[in-house]
Amino acid sequence: MMSYALDKPKTAQRQGPLAALARLLYRRPTLYLVLLLTPPLLWFGAVYLGSLLTLLAQSFFTFDDFTMNVTPEWTLANYRALFDLANLDVVLRTLSMAVSVSLASAVIAFPIAYYMVRYARGWQKGFFYIAVMLPMWASYIVKAYSWTVILAKGGILYWVFGALGLKPLLTALLALPMVGGNSLSTSNLGRFLVFTYIWLPFMILPIQAALERVPVSLTQASADLGATPAQTFRHVILPLAFPGVVAGSIFTFSLTLGDYIIPQLIGPSGLFIGTMVYTLQGSIGNIPMAAAFTAVPVVIIAVYLSIAKRLGAFDAL
Amino acid sequence: MRSDHALHDKAPRWLKWLAFGGLGFLHFPILVIFLYAFNVEESAYSFPLKGFTLRWIHETFARPDVLSAIWLSVKIASLATLVALALGTMAAAALYRRHFLGKEAITLMLILPIALPGIITGIALLSAFRLADVPPSFWTIAIGHATFCVVVVYNNVIARFRRTSYSLIEASMDLGADGFQTFRYVVLPQIATALLAGGILAFALSFDEIIVTTFTAGTEVTLPIWLLNQLTRPRDVPITNVVAMIVMLITMVPIFAAYSLTRGTEDVAGSGK
Repeated sequence: MMSYALDKPKTAQRQGPLAALARLLYRRPTLYLVLLLTPPLLWFGAVYLGSLLTLLAQSFFTFDDFTMNVTPEWTLANYRALFDLANLDVVLRTLSMAVSVSLASAVIAFPIAYYMVRYARGWQKGFFYIAVMLPMWASYIVKAYSWTVILAKGGILYWVFGALGLKPLLTALLALPMVGGNSLSTSNLGRFLVFTYIWLPFMILPIQAALERVPVSLTQASADLGATPAQTFRHVILPLAFPGVVAGSIFTFSLTLGDYIIPQLIGPSGLFIGTMVYTLQGSIGNIPMAAAFTAVPVVIIAVYLSIAKRLGAFDAL
Repeated sequence: MRSDHALHDKAPRWLKWLAFGGLGFLHFPILVIFLYAFNVEESAYSFPLKGFTLRWIHETFARPDVLSAIWLSVKIASLATLVALALGTMAAAALYRRHFLGKEAITLMLILPIALPGIITGIALLSAFRLADVPPSFWTIAIGHATFCVVVVYNNVIARFRRTSYSLIEASMDLGADGFQTFRYVVLPQIATALLAGGILAFALSFDEIIVTTFTAGTEVTLPIWLLNQLTRPRDVPITNVVAMIVMLITMVPIFAAYSLTRGTEDVAGSGK
């Protein structure tokens, strides 16, 4: 940048309307701020917040089951319907999946993050970083597709089980209630596997960031005071890294909660919150009910965030 | 882990296995895509593969529906990236040094489109477009994409702003440059790679987006929607395999580019997703 200034000296004061504008903006920083903020605020206010408010308003509109028309008559019926047994079932199914996916990704992510921070040196550091970022950014829909290929009957996973002589184990797994199903790709186990895979990088990175901030001197002090590595891990590292786990679980939890592509592609036929919203607005055109249904993940996530905040997760982000 | 060696000891073998095993798990499905794109079989996914062929690659590029889907996705991603670059940079420039009432609210609003589940953004846009009688089109998709791409650019640019010294800007002003000259000769060269990285990531994000797109697309078919249609009603398995590989490649390249562009500058280029 310096060479620019030296090579091509500019006259001290430019003239013309542009220069006048520059001087005006310099003298009035508030005007400058307002000018900078107006385009993004207009865009977000009009496009985004406007849409969200429309959605909120529509959730109080009336949907006529017979004519399939939406009329702007205010009602709370949509929200009342959320507490129908069938709808509660959908919410519970989605919630339990979100919780199990978050737990599983935390368990798988922790060793990876720990190794990244504590032992990866030199080339390994960059390698691990790229190796986590790459699957995170690689196309979501293609990753989901890849799993339909892997889980397909006669596909890779079936072959692996066969080659290892573990076919009976697979049959036993699929025979389990809740978890199992007719085949891997129509079982809850398969869906759980895919969800865990897809959101795993979102868990690794916050844990890694939290571990990065644990001072090495603390683990040394703990060891000096006679703690075994296991004790150091349990009483020093884990409590300090826990906010990172919670921060990661915000992603895995809310991403699972709002997803509606994976439940369509893999797993049994029961609806998820996402598929429910999609079906309601799509084939039936019941946007008011769909709008009311979107309140469910928002409320759950808001509750979750307030808990996470209390656990210190935001400092780990 | 004896105390005096705490820093220099080697990882326990089981930890190493877990860590590298985890990486293997993360990359396995990506390898599968590259493997099956060359599979000779036409209608199933049987493993081990029966053989390899380049035939489907030729056939894919002769398919008008695939080509038009690619072209539509490229156009949308380009437009969304341009809008996001402009809005994201403005927001970052406005917010990085100033404190004022409502600043937190603005930051939250920028993050909201990717923090809320995509399905909410999608259906909100859909219901607003319907109420305003805007038919779904190229433009409605691009508007949706631009909205959640802003934050990626914003994150990259504001991280760069925070690490560049403000005294450079003051020096430029002291030497007689006006605001525009300072922007052109001092600020822009400093944030250029952050803009490029943010732009590339925004492009990848838009190119791959499916959740919001299914709501705003109407009858338009972007590449991810083409894929989803194939997944729910499979017809052309081999072509789908090749398209999957193309999408995978296009979304993977940017992460390498963004990494090398922001490397050493400590900010995490991709963390805005």
